[in-house]
Amino acid sequence: MSMLKMKSSMLRFSLRTILLLFWSAMAVWASEPKGSSPHGTNIFAPASTPAKSIADLSIFVLVITGIIFVVVFALLIYSVVKFRGRAKDAGREPAQVYGSAQIEMAWTIIPILIVVVLFLATARVIHAIQDAAEPAGAVEVTVIGHQYWWEFRYPRLGVVTANELHIPVSDASHPTPTFLQLLSADTDHSFWVPELAGKTDLIPNHPNRMWMDPQRTGVFLGQCAQYCGTQHAKMLLRVSVDGPAEFAAWVRAQQKTSVEEAGAIAGRRVFEHNACMNCHAVGGTPADGRFGPDLTHLMSRATIAAGAAENTHDNLRLWIQNPSAIKPGSLMPAMKLSDADLDAVVGYMETLN
Amino acid sequence: MAGLIIAESAIFTIFVVAYLFYLGKSITGPTPSEVLETPILYTICLLSSSLTIHLAAKSLERNYIRLFLGFWLLTIALGGLFLYGTAQEWHRLIYEHGLTISTNLFGTTYYSLVGLHGFHVTAGLIMLVIVALLGLSGRVGVKQSGRVAVLSMYWHFVDAVWVVVFTVVYVLGR
Amino acid sequence: MASDAITVPVGQIKARPWVDELHQWLTTVDHKRLGILYIVSSLLFLGFGGVEALVIRIQLMHSHNNFVSPEVFNRMFTMHGTTMIFFVAMPILFGFANYLVPLMIGARDMAFPRLNAFSFWLSFLGGLLLYFSFLGGSGLYGAGSAPDVGWWSYAPLGARAFSPGHSSDYWTLALLVSGFGSIGTAINIIATILCLRCPGMKINRMPLLVWMNLVMAGMVLLAITPLSAAQIMLLIDRYLGGHFFDTQAGGSAVLWMHFFWIFGHPEVYVLIIPCFAFMSEIIPVFSRKPIFGYPVMVAATVCIAFVSMSVWAHHMFTIGMNSYANSFFTLTTMAVGVPTGIKIFNWIGTMWGGRIQFKTPMLFSIAFLFQFLIAGLTGIMMAASPFDWQLSLSYFVVAHFHYVIVGGILFALFAAFYYWYPKMTGRMLSERLGKWHFWLFLIGFHLTFDVMHVPGVLGMPRRIYTYEPGRGWDTLNLIISIGAFIQALAILVFVANLVISYFQGARAGNDPWDAWTLEWSTSSPPPAYNFATVPTVASRRPLWDRKHPEDPDSRYE
Repeated sequence: MSMLKMKSSMLRFSLRTILLLFWSAMAVWASEPKGSSPHGTNIFAPASTPAKSIADLSIFVLVITGIIFVVVFALLIYSVVKFRGRAKDAGREPAQVYGSAQIEMAWTIIPILIVVVLFLATARVIHAIQDAAEPAGAVEVTVIGHQYWWEFRYPRLGVVTANELHIPVSDASHPTPTFLQLLSADTDHSFWVPELAGKTDLIPNHPNRMWMDPQRTGVFLGQCAQYCGTQHAKMLLRVSVDGPAEFAAWVRAQQKTSVEEAGAIAGRRVFEHNACMNCHAVGGTPADGRFGPDLTHLMSRATIAAGAAENTHDNLRLWIQNPSAIKPGSLMPAMKLSDADLDAVVGYMETLN
Repeated sequence: MAGLIIAESAIFTIFVVAYLFYLGKSITGPTPSEVLETPILYTICLLSSSLTIHLAAKSLERNYIRLFLGFWLLTIALGGLFLYGTAQEWHRLIYEHGLTISTNLFGTTYYSLVGLHGFHVTAGLIMLVIVALLGLSGRVGVKQSGRVAVLSMYWHFVDAVWVVVFTVVYVLGR
Repeated sequence: MASDAITVPVGQIKARPWVDELHQWLTTVDHKRLGILYIVSSLLFLGFGGVEALVIRIQLMHSHNNFVSPEVFNRMFTMHGTTMIFFVAMPILFGFANYLVPLMIGARDMAFPRLNAFSFWLSFLGGLLLYFSFLGGSGLYGAGSAPDVGWWSYAPLGARAFSPGHSSDYWTLALLVSGFGSIGTAINIIATILCLRCPGMKINRMPLLVWMNLVMAGMVLLAITPLSAAQIMLLIDRYLGGHFFDTQAGGSAVLWMHFFWIFGHPEVYVLIIPCFAFMSEIIPVFSRKPIFGYPVMVAATVCIAFVSMSVWAHHMFTIGMNSYANSFFTLTTMAVGVPTGIKIFNWIGTMWGGRIQFKTPMLFSIAFLFQFLIAGLTGIMMAASPFDWQLSLSYFVVAHFHYVIVGGILFALFAAFYYWYPKMTGRMLSERLGKWHFWLFLIGFHLTFDVMHVPGVLGMPRRIYTYEPGRGWDTLNLIISIGAFIQALAILVFVANLVISYFQGARAGNDPWDAWTLEWSTSSPPPAYNFATVPTVASRRPLWDRKHPEDPDSRYE
């Protein structure tokens, strides 16, 4: 009686697991992003060649491992069901089999062959991605990881910005991929925008290189993937893939230095007298600090604090007043400004387009 | 003891790897060729102490206690001389050349590797001295020759490590 | 069947005052008592590590949660990982090895009983040192200064510059101290197995558990020591101004990674191989057949030990090694799957044609096979380095290794508990509670760790104290957290079983499972001297030979 229960509960358990796995797979497929909102972070929704090569290889690997699973699982279930001890067998031992050289040979050779096939398929993709040559039209970006924000420099374009990366869309006939050099100013980080490429780490004293050639415009999200300290979780990435005209316009706007606005002079004085410029830079002014993000075009960004908050007046004010309220553990100190000074400096920030 | 030697070899290997990896990578400060002098004399001391300890162990097996003690004390003396030599070299490096463990990568890896070895020599010497004291008070005889053999295995290991360290630091490293 | 123990009639044993009993336990050098000390202390740390896991899961139940601060969360995951690997898994496996190896080879104790005790207390001290970090430094408020650098303490995060204060030092010292304890135990195990086998037990007649613990001990000698070396280097950096991992002075953060993973990868095989050992003893007994392919199982284990020393950089696929290095480690990592797979096939081969009894140890063993298969396959997925460039450092990896450690190692340990508890205590664990434990834990485990693969695929990195809404991770994390609580409940049932059965369990007798290795020939629990007369064996299953003199194994080997 208990054996029967065992068999049916085994079946129930198997069914439950299969359903669970199926449902999980559905979750993956169901998470396709919609229209104009930012794209998701699904590794199976690639929008760029490296991500696509990885996704294709991954499907291949999944299929092979899936087949292995089905075969071995079937053997396991079969043996559990067919060879369960029955009451009538009590006291008798089954045939004592010690092994079989032929069977051992078979289930050694076949896995070796599978490994060879998987390895060859994988090696091709490794070389295709890592050893890709940089074409003439490529955009070069130097990414410097900081605790807890991203610095982006475009050496050939003279652009310095932070946290939100703009790159051009690339089409097959006239490729304009983006090649990233990855450096770090402090500890280890990792640049991960799943729909554009696999992740690569930013390690101090160990420059790395990666590339991506997005084939769709839009905003792609990601975040730091290598634990780098207290606010590792809030070191978010926002990559805006622009059409050629939009990208050119963005570059031109970024290349401009800031323009002095009459109403912002008081705020600028606050900024320059309160040690803000020790950490921050604003192009065209004496402020040339490199420890914190470049603020020259702060208002061109959708978020502040590396994605920790939307770039709104209230958030900006709160951030400057007390960074720990938004991102406790951030390395920006609270400057303890008076309300008047605070409003003035926020006003100044809001002129930095 | 074989197990311990395997484990210790792994530790030393990691320090040797770090030393080799960082050769030539120091950003500042004295380089090996500028400051290192090959310690031939003290190396001979240490390596011959392997011979003397071997002879000591063999003498004990044959119950020549006096001979055993003689060779044993000679081993201690040679080991002590080696440590003196190391101390002298470090004194020269620190005070004449300003090389400390925190000076540069060479300093860090050199003092760590040689220091780790010196630490093992010191620990070995302490054990040898204990046996010497026991021997001088008449408590070491043929029955203890097995344990003495195990201890001399440790001592041979320490010498073998020195051969590697010597080669890496004083021969290859310059 | 006559017991091999000399029994003393019950009336003649006087109860000892509890102070005496405590003193006996604290000063014991008996491998059985030390084994139990290891196991009980591991269960204590399992409790701590489990609480840390639950804190993590509560915080991650939904996006932007505020259950704990980021500082506390970071300490939680660091302590959880460090505790579970070094102060639960390693000691509990050493405990079982300590208990079983001398009994299975017909010896009276380990080769170096005092070294055995010393190693245990070193390990325990290491655990205490790690947990003292909560109290040291800034004290209990805000969870003190427990380490928060992740259980790998990557450079330069572990350096003075980024981890001032002593939290990192507690981590380093605790592991250094317990590492020396592990080395001592490993030396002891090797010496015992090589020198103290009873007459007739040639090296190819040892139970597979003994073989696998031998291999495991050898790996410990070569795996733990790189970590010890790296930690000495870290201490030199932190306290003597050294520059081993100081990138500002030209040092290399990647070097730490290499040293750590040269330890870290063989370490996980050190953890799983004793679990293979449990399976290789339990599955045959409950299938009523000998293990299928004993020589192949030995060869595969040795093969795994060697190959696993060459795969470490698959933990470093994202750090920017060149394509040849990445290809090499892809190949070796896939290759190590071959001998591992062979073992799974051999266990199924053992069950094939048998008469399977679904007692609790076997339930856990069958679940082990299922789960270890899946864990191995997700490992193969990540062996393909480009796939790993997406999956690494995400919740997919977390799901994979918990599948191995919980679904594999812990399930095998549960099987071992139910199987050998009667031998250790003389009482059977309750089958009823055992089945409750099994099904609850199975459901909780799968709810958590099956689902956990999905956020990884959807881009959720690990070690984040909170996450953004709108990425599709919320519901999944909620389900994962619910599963965690179900597992916690199951553990409570297990502990209840351990305690209740100690006082009320059915008397076990020498050999409740009708098994075939030497530990079942003596009383439950065995006397301090294990065997009244040292046994002589003629085959791999000495008790089968005794029970079936008409058809002994020695005829077929």
